[in-house]
Amino acid sequence: MENKVIIAGFGGQGVLSLGQLIAYASIEEQKEVTWLPSYGPEMRGGTSNCSIVISDKIIASPIVDRADCVIVMNRPSLEKFSPKVKDGGILIINSSLIPDSYERSDICVIKIKANDFAEETGSIKNANLVMLGAFVGKSGVFSVETISKVIDEKFSGKPKLIPGIKEAFKIGYEIGQKY
Amino acid sequence: MKQLMKGNEAIAEAAVRGGCRAFFGYPITPQNEIPEYMSFRMSEVGGVFLQAESEIAAINMVYGAAGSGARAMTSSSSPGISLKQEGISYICGADLPCVIVNMVRGGPGLGGILPAQSDYFQAVKGGGHGDYHMLVYGPSTVQEAVNIMYNAFDKADKYRLPVMLLGDGMLGQIMEAVELPEMKDINSFPKKKWATDGSGIGAERRVINSLFIDPDSLEKQNYNLFSKYELLKRDETQYEEYMIEDAEYILVAYGTVARVCRSAVDILRGRGIKAGLFRPITLFPYPTDRLFKIADKEELKFFISVELSMGQMIEDLKLAVNGKKKVNFFGKVGGNVMSPEDIVDNLISKIEEN
Repeated sequence: MENKVIIAGFGGQGVLSLGQLIAYASIEEQKEVTWLPSYGPEMRGGTSNCSIVISDKIIASPIVDRADCVIVMNRPSLEKFSPKVKDGGILIINSSLIPDSYERSDICVIKIKANDFAEETGSIKNANLVMLGAFVGKSGVFSVETISKVIDEKFSGKPKLIPGIKEAFKIGYEIGQKY
Repeated sequence: MKQLMKGNEAIAEAAVRGGCRAFFGYPITPQNEIPEYMSFRMSEVGGVFLQAESEIAAINMVYGAAGSGARAMTSSSSPGISLKQEGISYICGADLPCVIVNMVRGGPGLGGILPAQSDYFQAVKGGGHGDYHMLVYGPSTVQEAVNIMYNAFDKADKYRLPVMLLGDGMLGQIMEAVELPEMKDINSFPKKKWATDGSGIGAERRVINSLFIDPDSLEKQNYNLFSKYELLKRDETQYEEYMIEDAEYILVAYGTVARVCRSAVDILRGRGIKAGLFRPITLFPYPTDRLFKIADKEELKFFISVELSMGQMIEDLKLAVNGKKKVNFFGKVGGNVMSPEDIVDNLISKIEEN
């Protein structure tokens, strides 16, 4: 079983670190994983994306053309990456920054005001965790315990941030589960 | 235990564990994590890290360190590797071991910073002036790159020549789970009786030199170098085959592109098309003999060389196949990378053409 994910947004929205959390969670659950960032001539305010492949078997191509899930944090990313969601896949849209209506009947579209929810948890920087929550809540790829453990490990140097981060994840998770 | 590591960092750590104790480099994307990692790691293991003033300086520091017997390496990306060519030629001429990493980016000129395989010719045909080769590997996963790097200094020392790890931006930037090998004991490495390290005073004079002004001496040195390449061909050639038993169409690819091809083979097999993958792991020596044999297979209709270039490895593939079967080409350049689906579409269109 392979799960291919693309995450995209502005540089600074935590797109690459969101992808890394997914990668760390995959390792935690003894799965194979590849995390491939776009490292092109992007800059702050420019676009950034990464592709993640999670699998039970050894992964051949780390390049994702047809994704099981696409997570978009800003509008240019919606335009560029939404066509890559395959039939029956998931598209998670940060509707705080992408108010546009988006219709595709062959996939599950989750609209989530990630920035607004993140601010409720104390920092707009948690928007990527809201998106991660929605992804895990909908796809069930990882257990909540795994994510919780990964957050504890990766943010061990900044313990004050952890409650807000977990809260952001939980908000997203509960919304994701409803879809 | 497996851990998640970026390709560049995993390669750097594997070099340290393989005995590297001298690193000289100069920054360039997409390999900056290697010198960054070495900048703290070398001091932890009692080695030398130096950010040189230029690529030319860096490779000449490698030349000097290698001459004194150290396990020395440098890393760079395409434009930087071009600058190092003079030094590489001298190192080869002087029979010195070292390790060089090239995380290839698109060219020519400054080109771009995204993945490419357009330095294949430079890596396997010599690169600098004079008749010489390096032992060149094209790993396709981070784990394979780690395994190769771990033993690269042993190979370099054994044959007294540079070993090049030819990657691309993708291999450098990707994160994957890797199992790191144990640290090698640097005291266990064979003594270098040729090294100008201050030992052996009063015994036979040791000279590190690539100047052979007497034609007969230089001719002898050329033959000496090529006798080593014959040993490489015999003992070091490596490749991997995937589903080629009954294949009618064989994709030939190295490095990260080979992974994309492997996924393409799976898709094609799912559609009932008998595709297979041949993946050279050593690029010099190229697995010529094996490909020559494979080309005899009756059911085989054609090969496709799949590369991130305008067609470089295809020349070695054609030499190996020696006209026995048709060799097609599919490439992407500029930093763009093909998806498995692109390869599937290309193969199907080639089947229809033929």
